[in-house]
Amino acid sequence: MPLLALNGIRKHFGAQRVLDDVSLAVEAGEVVAVIGRSGSGKTTLLRCINGLETIDAGTIVFAGKPLPRGGAELRELRRAIGIVFQSYNLFPHHSVERNITLGPTVTNKLPLAAAKAIAQDVLRQVDLEDKSAAYPAQLSGGQQQRVAIARALAMRPRLMLFDEITSALDPELVGEVVKVLEGLATSGMTMILVTHEMGFARRTADTLVFMHQGKVWEKGPPRELFAAPKTRELASFIRAVLEPND
Amino acid sequence: MSRDFEWAEFLFLLGALRWTIVLSLVAFVGGGVGGMLIALARTSTKALLRGLAAAYVGVLQGTPVLMQLFLAYYGLAVLTGVRLDPWPAVTLAFTLYAAAYLGEIWRGSIEAIPRQQWEAAAALPLSPSAQLRHVILPQAFRIAIPPTVGFLVQLIKGTSVASIIGFVELTRAGQLMVNVTFQPMIVYPLVAVLYFILCWPLSLLALRLERKIDAALGIKRHP
Repeated sequence: MPLLALNGIRKHFGAQRVLDDVSLAVEAGEVVAVIGRSGSGKTTLLRCINGLETIDAGTIVFAGKPLPRGGAELRELRRAIGIVFQSYNLFPHHSVERNITLGPTVTNKLPLAAAKAIAQDVLRQVDLEDKSAAYPAQLSGGQQQRVAIARALAMRPRLMLFDEITSALDPELVGEVVKVLEGLATSGMTMILVTHEMGFARRTADTLVFMHQGKVWEKGPPRELFAAPKTRELASFIRAVLEPND
Repeated sequence: MSRDFEWAEFLFLLGALRWTIVLSLVAFVGGGVGGMLIALARTSTKALLRGLAAAYVGVLQGTPVLMQLFLAYYGLAVLTGVRLDPWPAVTLAFTLYAAAYLGEIWRGSIEAIPRQQWEAAAALPLSPSAQLRHVILPQAFRIAIPPTVGFLVQLIKGTSVASIIGFVELTRAGQLMVNVTFQPMIVYPLVAVLYFILCWPLSLLALRLERKIDAALGIKRHP
């Protein structure tokens, strides 16, 4: 049984169809990279998986349970699904450490000392052990994004969602974040990433999903898809991404 | 027979200044509690709560505080037969008035927090009340400092309206002293200075508090 199963997901924003009959199964430990042009529905897809957006039709089943619509049941399920956003969304009024311990102490009711131990642990994982007392505004974009990853990891999730997390970074800062992602993938974390980092997708993802007009247009092992795209749309997308000035 | 403006007269003004402070304080604290409820109701997901709070704010902001004062003092007596003393009447009127304005200021401060902060908190996943308490309200507090202190200063000066129904605060005391000393050019400037001494440090304190918070969080607002 897959850890996550999406079946026939549909989603509209007003008259606009954003997700059109999307189905996808993700096994435990699988790394899925979702690519596609902006407006293809990839971010919306990701946000539906942890209930930040509601779906109009279809089912989302996580760990054998259908995704609840909201309330305490949805909160319960979200504990197992971490998400990292493009714009970091750290809490600017809390220290790095407090950003990370907030979930464990408030949601999981852990004692502060235990939560701090977790914070040290996840900060080590993103190579920022020395920044626990800093505030977000004192960090670079790459550091902030790594803290955001650590914050999500502190909840010990079974699935991690990444929404274009390197897109807002200066080019020289992308590498340090990608390195953390690769470490996570190696550790066996189940991950779904919406990304524009084609190199990363090719190297690290088990499955590449190309979205177009709200549909899963092509899906398969990244090397195969990159080497021999079956559709014109994917071929032209790969060309546009690899040689943006042509 | 007129008196000179001397120590006794000055002490009378100071005694009345105390009532200006007490009235402002009670209205600010009471209005703060009410204002917080209004701000939460205005940003609630429940339409009924939003509507009720909006109606309250609309009425209180749309009518002069003087009329609200008359209604609390004379109107209540006519409608219910219960005649409030000036003190409870002015306290009631200014508290309700402050609640409307603080509620709107704080609603604006809450709404100024980016939607992504709510989402990040919801993803953690904090409960709605924990999202407010740990993520939204502390940030809204920082934003609310300048307009809240601005309103407090307005409120302090605005309590002079209470003199109309005979409540002896600083302005009313000034009028009384002018009546017995015939020295308005001494009394009124002095009254103004006393208001200034009360209000100006508040503005300074607010600015210092803002800077202190920004410095602690490493936030640079001015290039």
